[in-house]
Amino acid sequence: MTAPTADHASGATALTDALNAFADHRPEPQAVQLLRPDGTLTLPPEHIPGYGSELLRALYRDMRMARELDTEATALQRQGELGLWPPLLGQEAAQIGSAHALRPDDHVFPSYREHGVAWCRGVDPVDVVRLFRGVTNGGWDPRGSGFHLYTLVVGAHVLHATGYAMSLAKRGSDAVAVAYFGDGASSEGDVAEAFTFAAVHDAPVLFLCQNNQWAISEPVTRQTSSPLYRRAQGFGFPGVRVDGNDALAVHAVTRHALDHIRGGGGPFFVEAFTYRMGAHTTSDDPTRYRPPAELEQWRARDPLARLRAHLSATGLAEPAFFEETEERATELAHRVRHAVRTMPDPAPAGVFDHVHAEGHALVDEERRRFEEYERSFTDPERP
Amino acid sequence: MPAQTMTLAKALNLSLRTALEDDPDVLVMGEDVGRLGGVFRVTDGLQKDFGEDRVMDSPLAESGIVGTAVGLALGGHRPVVEIQFDGFVFPAYDQIVTQLAKLHARSGGALRMPVVVRIPYGGGIGAVEHHSESPEALFAHVPGLKVVSPATPSDAYWMLGQAVRSDDPVIFFEPKRRYWDTGEVDPGATPPPLHRARVVRAGTDLTLAGYGPTVKLCREAAEAAAEDGRSVEVLDLRSLSPVDFDTVQASVERTHRLVVVHEAPVFFGAGAEIAARITTRCFYALEAPVLRVGGHHTPYPPARLEGHYLPDLDRVLAAVDDSLAY
Ligand SMILES: Cc1ncc(C[n+]2csc(CCOP(=O)(O)OP(=O)(O)O)c2C)c(N)n1
Ligand SMILES: [Mg+2]
Repeated sequence: MTAPTADHASGATALTDALNAFADHRPEPQAVQLLRPDGTLTLPPEHIPGYGSELLRALYRDMRMARELDTEATALQRQGELGLWPPLLGQEAAQIGSAHALRPDDHVFPSYREHGVAWCRGVDPVDVVRLFRGVTNGGWDPRGSGFHLYTLVVGAHVLHATGYAMSLAKRGSDAVAVAYFGDGASSEGDVAEAFTFAAVHDAPVLFLCQNNQWAISEPVTRQTSSPLYRRAQGFGFPGVRVDGNDALAVHAVTRHALDHIRGGGGPFFVEAFTYRMGAHTTSDDPTRYRPPAELEQWRARDPLARLRAHLSATGLAEPAFFEETEERATELAHRVRHAVRTMPDPAPAGVFDHVHAEGHALVDEERRRFEEYERSFTDPERP
Repeated sequence: MPAQTMTLAKALNLSLRTALEDDPDVLVMGEDVGRLGGVFRVTDGLQKDFGEDRVMDSPLAESGIVGTAVGLALGGHRPVVEIQFDGFVFPAYDQIVTQLAKLHARSGGALRMPVVVRIPYGGGIGAVEHHSESPEALFAHVPGLKVVSPATPSDAYWMLGQAVRSDDPVIFFEPKRRYWDTGEVDPGATPPPLHRARVVRAGTDLTLAGYGPTVKLCREAAEAAAEDGRSVEVLDLRSLSPVDFDTVQASVERTHRLVVVHEAPVFFGAGAEIAARITTRCFYALEAPVLRVGGHHTPYPPARLEGHYLPDLDRVLAAVDDSLAY
């Protein structure tokens, strides 16, 4: 800061100037968008990295599969087959668009709603549904897919992603760790600490915040009074807001962010500006807190409808493509339904499985006594 | 207000409403407590009637919720904060243990911490991970805190009011699977002191002691045992810090046998402390070692296995048999 001068009046002006120098006069930029809600492009196709029928069809197909899984799982919960389901409805572009930009050796740390990312990483949807049926607290082996377990404690995994990124860097890998989290999660101390660690370690981590405007019943204005993407700047790394219902833009922005990180640029923050069209979970009743007009407004920005409109209008996909996609979606729904309906409950003594990697005398003893106790119900010798 | 039958959740709601009416310094805050009325509707309608200034939706940050409650209390307010589920109190654990619990002592008594931390706890509702835990011993172990848990709508109503009026921090554990149980609440009655245990069923052969969600289970076990000609006394401990050992001791001196039942793991749990103290106090009156029924030393299992984790009628009756067999 400039030292104030001795002269009183000009000193005051100098101080004001010095203070004003810190004011942020930048106009608020628009979120990056490539595909308008009506399916037309905002840029000529040759300016869009990866643009072409292969990518666009793949994005559409996977968004459609994610939506189908979501619809089926919601129905299964209603039928009592699942204990709970957090729907991703409306967030397909944010998830599929970003997941398609990843390399197989990148590592994803999801929250609990990233069923679309799980799908793209090759996690069996049946394994995802297994968790919400209540037969496991995990569901899959993260080592295979590079898709970590869901974390229900909001924000905790953002630190894990950062640590994983630090580990990748120490091993000389150019793979990236990606943390998916919500607008609500951005308030947790763990998330702020993750930003700090990532910044000071220059960790190769991508923070992918799906701002779906709600954290259960709280609008994003209860979490922040400035746009979320801007938070990155304060920690010393870039932050960008992308239209989260535009799969093409999410893909392009994520690709850019990953290139930046792989090139040694350090962490990057992407805010995918999207909308949770469904309830928070199947236990939630959004009519208690959400104006119906808001939902209608966002329905007009549906991520699938806009890509479909683009594919049809440009002729990049024929009707046969959509028919085949529908068939595949139906097959997926059938497979998941059948698997859930025939899914066995775990064995009772499973409660004692894998509590420690190297065993534990007390747990072993409790298991023995539990098994004895269980046997006492079937033992004909029982008095 | 005349006596009414209501759910435990509604009794808590009524108690908060009364507290907000009686004292302008009382504040309610937590995640989704405003317009939604909390995920269990315990704060239903409070924001509408008392305004956003007194019933505040917090940012999603538990350390922030408790840490700012400490500051609000220093400013003369009486915050009643909600932690949405048992498993999510841990980001706030630091603020609770290192700050909330200690400021009164550190200030030589100059500062008071009239903060209530409400925590829905326990299992049995088929929930996903972190939504069924019983971490009460982790708080009872901390000097400077008081820890209570009501088992009935009437106690829910009275104990929450007493907790709000207490000048000490109170960790208020609400048995979430009992939220929908109904019972009579008489706002004209005179309640027992907050930390007093209660004999809920008299008996002569054995004492079953529970709190929160297991009191109902203990009553059911006593009824089943009665069919076999056994007279079981049931205690509702109501408070875990302090524990009303006098009431427990008096009961054990009558029955000579004690079984403690809680959902939390028995290892280093509340039952261990009760067993140790009662063994010391009642050594010559006891006919059997104090037994405990509770969770295993395992993570809380997925919903489909929780029936094999939680104490149930069979396990409580097996412990009753074991105790009587000594
Ligand atoms: C530490 C913690 N506190 C509270 C909760 C309860 N809870 C689950 S999801 C949620 C809202 C999360 O909102 P956001 O981060 O925006 O993600 P979204 O659900 O919108 O995907 C809350 C409060 C939790 N799971 N973990
Ligand atoms: Mg959200």
